[in-house]
Amino acid sequence: MTSELDIFVGNTTLIDEDVYRLWLDGYSVGDAVALRVRSGILEQTGATAAVLQSDTMDHYRTFHMLERLLHAPPKLLHQLIYQIPPSRQALLIERYYAFDEAFVREVLGKKLSKGTKKDLDDISTKTGITLKSCRRQFDNFKRVFKVVEEMRGSLVDNIQQHFLLSDRLARDYAAIVFFANNRFETGKKKLQYLSFGDFAFCAELMIQNWTLGAVDSQVDDMDMDLDKEFLQDLKELKVLVADKDLLDLHKSLVCTALRGKLGVFSEMEANFKNLSRGLVNVATKLTHNKDVRDLFVDLVEKFVEPCRSDHWPLSDVRLFLNQYSASVHSLDGFR
Amino acid sequence: MPGKLKVKIVAGRHLPVMDRASDLTDAFVEVKFGNTTFKTDVYPKSLNPQWNSEWFKFEVDDEDLQDEPLQITVLDHDTYSANDAIGKVYIDIDPLLYSEAATVISGWFPIYDTIHGIRGEINVVVKVDLFNDLNRFRQSSCGVKFFCTTSIPKCYRAVIIHGFVEELVVNEDPEYQWIDRIRTPRASNEARQRLISLMSGELQRKIGLKVLEMRGNAVVGYLQCFDLEGESGLVVRAIGTACTLDKLSSPAAFLPACNSPSKEMKEIPFNEDPNPNTHSSGPSTPLKNQTYSFSPSKSYSRQSSSSDTDLSLTPKTGMGSGSAGKEGGPFKALLRQQTQSALEQREFPFFTLTAFPPGFLVHVGGVVSARSVKLLDRIHNPDEPETRDAWWAEIRQEIKSHAKALGCHAVVGYSESTSICEEVCILSASGTAAVLNPRFLQDGTVEGCLEQRLEENLPAGCGFCHIPYDELNMPFPAHLTYCYNCRKQKVPDVLFTTIDLPTDATVIGKGCLIQARLCRLKKKAQAEANATAISNLLPFMEYEVHTQLMNKLKLKGMNALFGLRIQITVGENMLMGLASATGVYLAALPTPGGIQIAGKTPNDGSYEQHISHMQKKINDTIAKNKELYEINPPISEEIIGSPIPEPRQRSRLLRSQSESSDEVTELDLSHGKKDAFVLEIDDTDAMEDVHSLLTDVPPPSGFYSCNTEIMPGINNWTSEIQMFTSVRVIRLSSLNLTNQALNKNFNDLCENLLKSLYFKLRSMIPCCLCHVNFTVSLPEDELIQVTVTAVAITFDKNQALQTTKAHVEKSLQRASTDNEELLQFPLELCSDSLPSHPFPPAKAVTVEKTSPMGEGNFRNRSAAPCANSTVGVVKMTPLSFIPGAKITKYLGIINMFFIRETTSLREEGGVSGFLHAFIAEVFAMVRAHVAALGGNAVVSYIMKQCVFMENPNKNQAQCLINVSGDAVVFARESELEVVSTQQPAANCQPACTGGEVTT
Repeated sequence: MTSELDIFVGNTTLIDEDVYRLWLDGYSVGDAVALRVRSGILEQTGATAAVLQSDTMDHYRTFHMLERLLHAPPKLLHQLIYQIPPSRQALLIERYYAFDEAFVREVLGKKLSKGTKKDLDDISTKTGITLKSCRRQFDNFKRVFKVVEEMRGSLVDNIQQHFLLSDRLARDYAAIVFFANNRFETGKKKLQYLSFGDFAFCAELMIQNWTLGAVDSQVDDMDMDLDKEFLQDLKELKVLVADKDLLDLHKSLVCTALRGKLGVFSEMEANFKNLSRGLVNVATKLTHNKDVRDLFVDLVEKFVEPCRSDHWPLSDVRLFLNQYSASVHSLDGFR
Repeated sequence: MPGKLKVKIVAGRHLPVMDRASDLTDAFVEVKFGNTTFKTDVYPKSLNPQWNSEWFKFEVDDEDLQDEPLQITVLDHDTYSANDAIGKVYIDIDPLLYSEAATVISGWFPIYDTIHGIRGEINVVVKVDLFNDLNRFRQSSCGVKFFCTTSIPKCYRAVIIHGFVEELVVNEDPEYQWIDRIRTPRASNEARQRLISLMSGELQRKIGLKVLEMRGNAVVGYLQCFDLEGESGLVVRAIGTACTLDKLSSPAAFLPACNSPSKEMKEIPFNEDPNPNTHSSGPSTPLKNQTYSFSPSKSYSRQSSSSDTDLSLTPKTGMGSGSAGKEGGPFKALLRQQTQSALEQREFPFFTLTAFPPGFLVHVGGVVSARSVKLLDRIHNPDEPETRDAWWAEIRQEIKSHAKALGCHAVVGYSESTSICEEVCILSASGTAAVLNPRFLQDGTVEGCLEQRLEENLPAGCGFCHIPYDELNMPFPAHLTYCYNCRKQKVPDVLFTTIDLPTDATVIGKGCLIQARLCRLKKKAQAEANATAISNLLPFMEYEVHTQLMNKLKLKGMNALFGLRIQITVGENMLMGLASATGVYLAALPTPGGIQIAGKTPNDGSYEQHISHMQKKINDTIAKNKELYEINPPISEEIIGSPIPEPRQRSRLLRSQSESSDEVTELDLSHGKKDAFVLEIDDTDAMEDVHSLLTDVPPPSGFYSCNTEIMPGINNWTSEIQMFTSVRVIRLSSLNLTNQALNKNFNDLCENLLKSLYFKLRSMIPCCLCHVNFTVSLPEDELIQVTVTAVAITFDKNQALQTTKAHVEKSLQRASTDNEELLQFPLELCSDSLPSHPFPPAKAVTVEKTSPMGEGNFRNRSAAPCANSTVGVVKMTPLSFIPGAKITKYLGIINMFFIRETTSLREEGGVSGFLHAFIAEVFAMVRAHVAALGGNAVVSYIMKQCVFMENPNKNQAQCLINVSGDAVVFARESELEVVSTQQPAANCQPACTGGEVTT
């Protein structure tokens, strides 16, 4: 006796969150059944392995059929075939577009191209995330990228509107899209200690302050591309380190303001010139695409590492940077 | 020219890409009705075209309006080659033809293609202007309302119940016409869909005419079926009960609250039976009696002996081509005899209803059924389908005479079915013999009886159990006792019926689904020989099924079956029997005796031991079941003259109870005590039987199941419902198939299916599967297909326990329960921020939250049908009611037939993927039609046919599905009543709605 056909169709489509997670994680039906057995569900419910197998297959089939709609979430809302309560629809979408930290760190800043897709095997081996799940996450990144690139208006809003994601997830995707578009290098060993959240934080600030959208809110691609004029203007900062008087003045302003407030004051005082030079050099090079990509590497090398080697606490770094930029405004030529 | 049909094509959305080059589509629409076709303009290069067409007007006869479907075809314009069809929508405009139903059909319909499935949606508006000459119905019967519901619809009152109507139409099946060899599968499928649509329209119109002739205005319990007879044609047949219905002016009188649908009828039945006329009143639906009138088997021996219709011995009492109940006029009869004769004058005093107005049902005699095996031949003259009519007339006659033998003049809960394999066809009919109160059959004032009824304060809940037949002249051996309720009348020891449990019946404990399953191998044979072989097997099967049912009933410690449905399916090399029913313990009937096992060879020691071991197991199971189903009747053994003298020594053997079949030898009665049921283990077969008895696993805790509308003992349904269809097909290994192996396979299939359902629906616990409907088919030699449709309803455990008390208190309690619920709802809403709340209430609430939302959306939508609003929720249920809600309007019948075919089976996910998608699409199309009518639910939903054929080698599969139901508008009771009084609830719901919309 073999089962040829085995289906269950509800007027309201049944969604089992646990099975959905297993499916999203890319497990095969067999693996998913094994994992469910291990979770003790058989004992709780008195079901048999065959029942579990049938149930899992059925859910997988449903998810497979829903996947097409999940590629364009508004379709999921308007389609008539599967009757799903709105709260469940939201859950389906949110989970489908969720991603693994380990995975996103691997592809953040990479071009979302076929070439990268070929490397997913290695990423899968490295991160322990199934290849299937890697593909889904990668395709999600790429799909969102394709849809919102060359679109007017706020990046986060566009993503939210076209993919119906929560605010938080939409922001994350904005960061991913922004990084992919500008191809920031994030994979270097030196940068490994940074989490996706760290980069996403940077991305948000850069979108707010460095892009076309920061100046003019009605241009294509406004939140994706850095404002070229702004980068050009950064060249002017060179004077801060090139002009010896200005450098000294800047230093004395910062030191005066921070004296007694900084635990690492003497180290800061000793290192001021190096740090300032490092920061200004990073900024003035940003007109070259290559250097834009290396922005985070350079920042870490030129600024973060010197601070770290002197054991600056985070609060001191923050104080210093605030004062460093604030003081500039009182210098001649920057007023 | 009595009608003008107006159609407007508004827009399309989500269309498929038809032009690969541009990734777009140049869509236009053809609107066809009868022979007239209109076209819209081409809307170029868009997947979301906005046609906004003018009103297309069709001036047509009302006859055509009833028969023809409106056909909408969406096409892709192609300058250089033929235009490609994207898909079609068929709209049945019947609901627009009667005044109280829908006035406009407007909404998004899925565009359906028989090869590709649903491909986008189209927004259509349809209206009908009927001219005012509705008096001259000639061929049309506009205005007659149809209901699938097998009880009087909730917002109506039955003035007269006229009786049985039936009709059938036949045609050649387009799939088997010569032209099919040269046309595409798509064209062939569409021809079939269209033909069946036409035929159902015609059938409905003809039935409507009969109803008008009987001076009725509605058909209740309308059941329409297709027989795909292959080469010999296509038969569409329908049966129903003609009624005169009155719309209730104040629907408030009916509270379909969260418990039983027919709460309102909790009147007391009259106990004294003999003069049905005097008590016009009676409580709702007295069912009566007993069952194992195994009369059917009798019929076989005669009737099925040959497949040739002419041989049947049934007296043909001058019936014409099967039009029923011609004499629908009022019958005045004050005496039972008169009533009887009045009913007898009708050709067939049959009623397809399964639940009845209070006082309608007086006594129940038991199940009557008849089957007949026929050889199909080509229908030569489709306009005069005499053969098929004669076949059915014969069977109905049979049923009628069985009912008479039981002392009954009517048959209720009547249904008909067929099973076809190649050229052999088994026709089956079954129902419950009953004595009815003539008041409803005539033009009397029902008001009068109702009042009268209130005055009669008779013991409740047992009248229908009292035997209608003469105890000295019983039609079959039965064990009679005085009614345990009123002590005055005789009742049988067991009662089988095909109807729903009457609402006034006093039931102890809860009920449960009981199934008997059976397979019999049969040699492959041709024509006559095959028919004879089947005819010979049938009585045995029926007997076995019956035995199994009886054993399982005893094992559950229960004494009555409701909703009994026995399905016999014929295949190439086997016959399958599946009986489903809901077992209950009726307080009026005696406590069932246990089951006793007797060995044939009493001398063998180890054997004895084995037997006693089994006996112990059985006794344990019975005890366990009694506990599980809360069966603890009052222990009062010495009742006034309880055991009736005559049948004293009647210990019955399983194998001896059918009076009718001579083949069955009477077994030795000497074992066993008076009351016990003795199982004789004389061979391995019997051993198997006992084993299979014990292997039926009860549902996991928190689950109940039944195949009737509601479960006795559970009253507090929440509004969380989930209707579903589950299909399984297994392939038997063809090696050495024996009856036992086959039985085991079949049994496992059904049990596993049930287990899977329990597992899948575990989040709904505590929950009851209601109206569980199993259908078996044998699509190929080694394939068995089982299709189940049911609805899972969550109930509130705490309250359910309280309300199982005596039903006398029900009304009071109900009121209080309602209040409690109202109170509870808002409270729980607040508490539901704890998602892990382990108790059912929390769960119920979460759902409650979503559904109001859905309705909220729906309301918004109907107010402003803008394209972007979220899709409104449409509930579907096989029940005639919606828990916790009130049906405010019936919009018309939904009767849809779809074919789906694929030539890329693997790519669509194999057979499971294919069928899963198709069933989901069928649900979607039903919901879309209901929503377009302005409804938000389908009640009495049924999947009448699901014919699945595959050819994996060719990567092909085909499936036909036929579904029907009643489109309705319902309103939550909480919305209707609470809003004014319960502030919190009122506040909560809008809040939810708002939240929803934003998502």
